[in-house]
Amino acid sequence: MENRDGFDDRLRQARTRQGLDPKPRTGDEGGLPTGPWGIGFRAGVEVVSALVVGAALGFGLDRWLGTFPWLFLVFFFVGGAAGVLNLYRLFKPRPEAGP
Amino acid sequence: MAAEGKTIDALSQFELVPVLGPIGRAVGFSQSNAHMLLAVGLITLLFVYGMRHRAIIPGRLQSAAEMLYEFVEGVVVGQVGHEGRRYFPFVFALFMFVLFGNMLGLLPYAFTYTSHIAVTFGLAILVFLVTTVVALALHGRKFFGYFFPEGAPLWLAPIIIPVEVVSYISRPVSLSIRLFANMVAGHVMLKVFATFIVLIGSLGAVGIFGAALPLAVNVALIGFEILVAFLQAYVFAILTSIYLHDAVHLH
Repeated sequence: MENRDGFDDRLRQARTRQGLDPKPRTGDEGGLPTGPWGIGFRAGVEVVSALVVGAALGFGLDRWLGTFPWLFLVFFFVGGAAGVLNLYRLFKPRPEAGP
Repeated sequence: MAAEGKTIDALSQFELVPVLGPIGRAVGFSQSNAHMLLAVGLITLLFVYGMRHRAIIPGRLQSAAEMLYEFVEGVVVGQVGHEGRRYFPFVFALFMFVLFGNMLGLLPYAFTYTSHIAVTFGLAILVFLVTTVVALALHGRKFFGYFFPEGAPLWLAPIIIPVEVVSYISRPVSLSIRLFANMVAGHVMLKVFATFIVLIGSLGAVGIFGAALPLAVNVALIGFEILVAFLQAYVFAILTSIYLHDAVHLH
């Protein structure tokens, strides 16, 4: 009823033509480069850095608490899990930037 | 330096040498610091001198300055959203510093300060601290909910929380290693093939033709390195924006 002669459509087209409305997000603008080498290198760095942080954290806690291999072993696996979590975040489709 | 004693010495290019004579030696002012100052000076020059006309139809320098500005603004607004404009100066400064460090390092006799993990890790720690402070300032204690997703069963907390904390701490490490490893790998490859040119070229008449091969590789590598130099500055800026997005929206 309110759109009897396509007024809203024409208004929207005119506004878009004049650049008054913000452009709709295409989704991949400002996205990360997605070459196979880039993705592969990124994935490797994410896993290794999480593993290194986990191992270092465990080793540091062990030095502090004097419980040598145990916390190191636990945090080694925690670091591995964090690396997998990083990978999941890397390949999960990102939600749109909020309003 | 490259082919002294007929050996391949690809790593001595990363050694720090004090400059400015005895004063520099006394305060530990290395060529890395000098190149950082040079990069900051060039960036300032580009933006102050390039934008001095404020012409409607920009000249070359003004075009370059405007393109860089709009490029980074697109990254920040595209990732963080409109409230991310507040953090644009921070991301822009980081991007320009890393970009000029990477690009300056490709010039002959120049030093690449982004090829030292101390520098990249320092920058990454800065990003880490800023994003954490932003998240704490915006969300207060709710920030700690980031480490334990809502609705997860409570008995999983001893597993989830350490994993999330380690994942969060691993961000600056991966950010710094990526930039540092890319720059080091590129410069080592350039140096190795440049040494091949000298070694094969010293074989006499046959060597001159043989040396053309590594020379061609180096020409291609330089083009590739310019791409990597820009790409890594871009990746640094975009990951900073993604972390800022997580800090602002917190999900």
